[in-house]
Amino acid sequence: MKNNAYLIKQISIFSENKPGKLAHVAKVFQDANVNMMSFSIAEAEGFGVIRALVDKPEMAFSSLSKKGIHVAYTDVIAVRMKNQPGGLYEVAAALAEAAVNIEYSYAFAGCHQATLILRVDDIDAAIDIIQKSGAYVLKPEELLCPCE
Amino acid sequence: MKNETDVRIASQRRRQLRPFDARIEEMPLENLEKLQFRYLKKLVYQVYSFSPHYRERMKANGVHPDDITCLSDITKLPFMYKEDLRNQYPTGLVVSLPEELVRYHVSSGTTGKPTVVAYTQKDIDLWAESVARGLTSIGLGRGDVIQISYGYGLFTGGLGLHYGAERIGATVVPASVGNTEKQIELIQDLEVTAIACTPSYLMHLGEVAQAMGVSIKDDTKLKTAVVGAEPWSEEMRRRLYELYGISAYDIYGTSELSGPLFTECTAMEGFHPWGDIVYCEVLEPESHTQMPDGERGELVVTMLQKEGLPIIRYRTGDISAIHHEQCRCKRTHPRIERLSGRVDDMLIIRGINVFPSQIEHTLLGLSEVGDNFMIEVSRQGVLDALMVKVELPQGFSPDKLEDLITIKRHVERELRNSLNVAAGVELVEFGSLPRFEGKAKRVIDLRETV
Repeated sequence: MKNNAYLIKQISIFSENKPGKLAHVAKVFQDANVNMMSFSIAEAEGFGVIRALVDKPEMAFSSLSKKGIHVAYTDVIAVRMKNQPGGLYEVAAALAEAAVNIEYSYAFAGCHQATLILRVDDIDAAIDIIQKSGAYVLKPEELLCPCE
Repeated sequence: MKNETDVRIASQRRRQLRPFDARIEEMPLENLEKLQFRYLKKLVYQVYSFSPHYRERMKANGVHPDDITCLSDITKLPFMYKEDLRNQYPTGLVVSLPEELVRYHVSSGTTGKPTVVAYTQKDIDLWAESVARGLTSIGLGRGDVIQISYGYGLFTGGLGLHYGAERIGATVVPASVGNTEKQIELIQDLEVTAIACTPSYLMHLGEVAQAMGVSIKDDTKLKTAVVGAEPWSEEMRRRLYELYGISAYDIYGTSELSGPLFTECTAMEGFHPWGDIVYCEVLEPESHTQMPDGERGELVVTMLQKEGLPIIRYRTGDISAIHHEQCRCKRTHPRIERLSGRVDDMLIIRGINVFPSQIEHTLLGLSEVGDNFMIEVSRQGVLDALMVKVELPQGFSPDKLEDLITIKRHVERELRNSLNVAAGVELVEFGSLPRFEGKAKRVIDLRETV
């Protein structure tokens, strides 16, 4: 893996689909003073996976494990896009052309620009392709919005 | 992947040992059944003549001893229940003359009255014979030193094993229960090669030995254990082998039947009840129809030669399955599987009998889920719904939903295959289901009784 500097550690959390489960996870983050920059929930058949980008992944991981919550690190990439029509198309099309599969994706928009989070099957290739397409791949330390 | 323990246990299974009495133990099934019929016929005439209680029951069922014309006519006979022994306390069911009795055993009644079992000399002899054949089938005999760490006294465990062990010419250390440090000293000093005790006592013994700085594996000659009176698992068998280098064999029997009677052989493919001593049936608990080989039902036992207190079609309440094909050890008598629970635990889901132990067994075989589970039965419309909540294994790494769905589907498929009825699966976090000390209560039945 040559593009190590661009890997972002996402926290993936197993959760039963029941009232209070998200609150439980959020409380652990609060108590550990972990800030979430983005998260998504994927749900199926009575359970779900919460995926979160946080400012202190190691802290988040250890606090969750200590509480007996099933948690894992997953490598994802973050791409800065213009917060305007067509922004997503460029990136998605470039990956499609190179036959890199997007397993899942979610996005968040800051004040001036949008950030796309991608989980792909070939992460190294994906970083090269996106950079060649002219889009900007973020390093972990660049995730926080500059205005914060 | 097979590890060393599995390989060693497998090589144990292939050992060929000489039976205690090959003439009986390797008798063709056909001849055995003829013998069983002769014994049954005699037994039925005997109880009809000498037991007012049983005669009344037979009359109520409209059956006379003359109606027993072949072995399968046994199904015409009435059942005996634990209740009967309790109601006839102390000796209402004894048919021999009082002076013919040589011993009483008494089982403590945790609920209600105790039960008394009476033995003639022949009853004691056959009991010892049965245990002797079992001990021989696991490789014990002359030259072995067997420590009996079951309770001696009114309980049948200690004396049952004692007489069987003497019968094979082994040297007996009648240690009974308790005083564990002393027991460990004896195991070392008397070079004990085998022990008979409960699974929990064996684990306790191992722990105490460790605390004393004694390694059962390296500092003793203990290699074999005859373990029973409590349910124990294949996992326990592996652990005992790994931790202590002990090959453990299950033993079955209840006080009503005499006491501990049958063991597994080295093939470890079920108990060997001796067909000349007992006749085993495995029945569907509600309809009483006979279950085909390998399918689970209630074990119903007839003691073919018992004199003091005859036992006919005794409902043990234990769940097992019968196998008629010859064992790998060449013995021909039908075998019964290790017990998989009690009839009281049985659930009926859409007309199909489901035992929590089957679910446990299936889940234990799946590495992608943990061992802890709960069963929830409800009614959706007119149909029963079975839901199994199972924990993910400790340290499970979640990410893709797809992986979780694959696990869930796989567990559902495996459960369906083993239970013959569809079960929904709910994956839950490790540690989120209740833990049980002692007897686990894993079933929640939300159905209203009709």
